[in-house]
Amino acid sequence: MATLELSGLTKRFGGLLVVDSLDLTVAEGEIVSLIGPNGAGKTTVFNLISGVFAPDEGDILLDGSSIVGLPRHEIARRGVARTFQTLRVFLNMTVAENVIAAEYASGKVGAVRSFFGTPAARAEAARMRAVAEERLRFFGERLIGYRLDQPAYSLSYANRRRLEIARAMATGAGLLLLDEPAAGMNPAETQEITRLIGELRDDAGYTILVIEHDMHVVEGISDRVVALDHGVKIAEGSFEDVAADPAVIEAYLGTGGAATK
Amino acid sequence: MPEIGTDRWVAEFESRRVRREGPWGRLVDWTSRHWLGLFVVAAVVYPFVIGGDFGIRVGVNALLLAMLAIGLNVVVGYTGLLDLGYVAYYGLGAYGYAFLASEQFGIHLPTLLVVGVVALAVFGIGLVLGQPARRLVGDYLAILTLFFLQVFVELALNLDRLDLPFVDGPVSITGGPNGIAGVDPMEIFGFRFGQVRDYYFLLLVLVVFLIVGVTNLARSRTGIGWRAIREDTLAAEHMTIPSGRLKVLAYAFGAAVAAVSGTVFAAVQLGVFPQNFTVALLIVVYAALVLGGEGSVPGALVGALIIAMVPELLRTPAGARLLFYGGLAVAALTLVKPRRRLLVVVPGIVATGLAVRSLVTALWPDLVDVEAAGMVDRWVVRFVPSADVVVSVLFIVTIAVVLGIVAVRRRGAKDALVVVGVYLLVLVWENRLVEEPSITRQLLFGALLVVLMVARPHGLLGRPRVEVV
Repeated sequence: MATLELSGLTKRFGGLLVVDSLDLTVAEGEIVSLIGPNGAGKTTVFNLISGVFAPDEGDILLDGSSIVGLPRHEIARRGVARTFQTLRVFLNMTVAENVIAAEYASGKVGAVRSFFGTPAARAEAARMRAVAEERLRFFGERLIGYRLDQPAYSLSYANRRRLEIARAMATGAGLLLLDEPAAGMNPAETQEITRLIGELRDDAGYTILVIEHDMHVVEGISDRVVALDHGVKIAEGSFEDVAADPAVIEAYLGTGGAATK
Repeated sequence: MPEIGTDRWVAEFESRRVRREGPWGRLVDWTSRHWLGLFVVAAVVYPFVIGGDFGIRVGVNALLLAMLAIGLNVVVGYTGLLDLGYVAYYGLGAYGYAFLASEQFGIHLPTLLVVGVVALAVFGIGLVLGQPARRLVGDYLAILTLFFLQVFVELALNLDRLDLPFVDGPVSITGGPNGIAGVDPMEIFGFRFGQVRDYYFLLLVLVVFLIVGVTNLARSRTGIGWRAIREDTLAAEHMTIPSGRLKVLAYAFGAAVAAVSGTVFAAVQLGVFPQNFTVALLIVVYAALVLGGEGSVPGALVGALIIAMVPELLRTPAGARLLFYGGLAVAALTLVKPRRRLLVVVPGIVATGLAVRSLVTALWPDLVDVEAAGMVDRWVVRFVPSADVVVSVLFIVTIAVVLGIVAVRRRGAKDALVVVGVYLLVLVWENRLVEEPSITRQLLFGALLVVLMVARPHGLLGRPRVEVV
């Protein structure tokens, strides 16, 4: 369970203003979509929230307390988990290990007890594996069974996207940042991911901020849509409102002259 | 709408699964499950089979190298920290033992206490010197840690004439270039280590203990965290893994393992000297790890055993011959695929030998040494000593053919080259190399390493790493 509040968030890369005093709130249990043309600053917003970059100005509140300046693993520990637009699964680890890695914070057994293989260490390892299996079961039969012990590089593109989501869930976070979860998926898989994102909220209780280019997905899942262009919020509201907003249409298609040709 | 995650692809994936089959596959499976037991049995039997102090000394060196390689595997293989200062911690362990158990300062503490204190102290030093690993990666960390090693060597060499306040005259801490001789032998629970064999078994216990511990660690959240950091540090941090803390822990763990093996080394050698801990040893440890396969504990063990023992095996002509023909057989087995083509290749080699011998005997009878009458000599041409030049030329041709085998892809051509190459190798070997063991030893060992790394670039027991797909 989590609420997120960005206020006046600003980020410059050199002289380039990438995110320009952005205000955005995501209420508990809400699904908010972040849309905009390439280069609009969507992924940078994710990078600011998850601590890859520190914002130049503004504040990020998670459940009312600021997470600006915290180390990345601490931000994750407080409840922000993410996936990556360019997939970053741990390729040379097994499917199960990928998910177990994300359960690190839930563990209590230290390296010494692990070295000696005490009963507590064994119990914890077994528990973590069971949790991993449960997270992966969210995607039906695709990633369990003998697949658990297959290296992640053997997975198809779509399955790697699923694995990333399972990994994010395993961190125990309440807020999921999904960066283009449907990218590279075929229509059937896209439909499935749309349903799954809905279930993530309805059944599993996650708060979700999602970047997505596929407007069918955006339409299918969003409680609210926020459109960015050149780091500035140009529209916010229901999918229908934002889709009809002249500023959004202009950002995607350009104005007059060039478009009519 | 269909159920999530149940489509045709899912329904069929179990049937596409491939398992190891056949007697060979079962053997591989069985060995991979029982490798530690096999190792222990072989290692316990080894001193009784080998007899003699020298053989056991070789075993001691192999086990020391195994400990170092397994420790380094945690730092480099799991966590991906390129630590070129590793050997310094081996040296710190050895000097630590010498400080606390010799006449150097007149301190003679009980062995277990010394080993415990040294391990903890070096672990602490590792925690401090490991701090740069939080920020530095790859070659930057490598250069810095190499600097640590150089500092250690310089200190060991020069801390022998130290002027301290309130003390008269220069004080020797490390003994300088002469090191510290007369280190106490170990004594545990009243058992005094007198022979090399005692240390051999102590090291065997330590190695097994370390293997079990590291294997346990690898399955824990710590071990999985280490490997996640090597795979993708940023993603690992986003998955709640405190990368800085875990990197430093891996670094210090490796340092402590090296220090413990260093204490045993000092006791076996009954002394410590600066030249024991140079970059040369670092290269040997890395060679063992890379040969065995980074990231694999049995790999590090096997790599260390090969690197430490094979050159010793090559010392005697009989041992060298065994290794040469064994290596040739293994090379032929791996190069010729499918295996049934061996049915053509092996008779081809035999026939080539007989044909060449009759041809050369008929054409240039002066060149052939007819006195040689070993089994191989009736097959391969033995040249008279005056035909040295011919052998030298053939040696170069052999190298070209062997390189050709690696380069050629077409199967027929490859098999033909294997036939010629094996014959030429035997010819050169029997005529020249067996006569000059000192050169052969280096050459053969180098060739063995090159062939192994070409055949398995990811190491003998390592898994090929996939970076981008």
